Amino acid sequence: MEKKVKTYFADKDVQYILGTLLRVGVVLSMTVVSVGGLIYLLVEHSNTADYHIFKPELAEFSSISAILSGVLSFNGKAIIQFGTLLLIFTPITRVVFSVFSFLIERDYMYVTIGLFVLSVIFFSLSNKLVG
Amino acid sequence: MTILLFTIIVLVGAFCAGLLGSLTGLGGGVVIIPLLTLVLGVDIHYAIGASIVSVIATSSGSAAAYVKEGITNIRIGMFLEIATTISAVLGAVITVYLNPSFIAVVFGMILLFSAVMMLRKKVDHSDNDTSGKLATYLKLNGSYPTAEGPKSYAVHNVMGGFVMMFFAGIISGLLGIGSGALKVLAMDNIMRIPFKVSTTTSNFMMGVTAAASAVVYLHRGQIDPGIAMPVTLGVLMGATVGAKILIRTKTDKLKIVFAVVVTFLALQMIYNGMAGNL
Repeated sequence: MEKKVKTYFADKDVQYILGTLLRVGVVLSMTVVSVGGLIYLLVEHSNTADYHIFKPELAEFSSISAILSGVLSFNGKAIIQFGTLLLIFTPITRVVFSVFSFLIERDYMYVTIGLFVLSVIFFSLSNKLVG
Repeated sequence: MTILLFTIIVLVGAFCAGLLGSLTGLGGGVVIIPLLTLVLGVDIHYAIGASIVSVIATSSGSAAAYVKEGITNIRIGMFLEIATTISAVLGAVITVYLNPSFIAVVFGMILLFSAVMMLRKKVDHSDNDTSGKLATYLKLNGSYPTAEGPKSYAVHNVMGGFVMMFFAGIISGLLGIGSGALKVLAMDNIMRIPFKVSTTTSNFMMGVTAAASAVVYLHRGQIDPGIAMPVTLGVLMGATVGAKILIRTKTDKLKIVFAVVVTFLALQMIYNGMAGNL
């Protein structure tokens, strides 16, 4: 009986939760991006758009800490970047959920594979790869 | 050009890219990057950063619909993500050291390849013959629901698919696109996974792969809010409308028109890349 409940949870409910989670993630992040976009346009609409040459040193919000402090001061650009961060975390959360569902199924090989994929993502998130 | 005008042009362009991308199955990134670079003169590194964010948005947005049908093979996806996440991060790390001209030429070639793949008649190679030891060991074989009950399938040539996925991930990280055409090649032709499973599984992987390279781009300042905002919103809206139209429209003729457009864009990218205009 207990096993049946577990399989049902793993196969059906997790799929349903994941579907909802993805949609919530996309809608939420796009709302944040839109709000940030409106503030950004209100403040900077008449400035000149110049993207002809890639100038990474001018990027104000390229780290999580910079984005968070920018959001607190209601900077439009920072709010857009925060929305983008939420969007990036949406598929990552899906991997985390999948690892849990493999854990419930006691499929330790796939728990390991999932954790490895997560560690690759978090390693690149740790900012060691960009000089 | 003022920021307001730039934002409106990009928003409209991204909407069209998302619409056509979802109708033809090619994805929005392949059109938005040429639009930004060739038409608006945006540096290709910014275009790549904005495009990868739109890839995450469209793949997560459509995955929500796919997941409910419950035919994504999470094991295949998770196993192949070992290849795609490593290679996507690798691609994203090296892309900034490459000459924009070189990136443009590679982009043009992938674009040509995608156009061919889009027009080619898709053949379902799936069967339930005995699969290799590796597929059995990794528990990749599965089944999906049909009107006549669950249908089983066997996965073939796991290593071949894994290597192809590694290549797809590099291209995704280098160019900021989902590289769906390469993923289809790996899953449908090499691993011989049925369409119903490969489409949704590739979509599941696309979001995770794009997220892996997006964090590298973000730290490097390649994701500029002023470009990423209209690109992501536009592509996502276009793709959402496209998915609604898709249910009641035949896309055969549209695909030919789109293939011509994509071929033109590809040649433009290659030409301008070689001429050093980008």
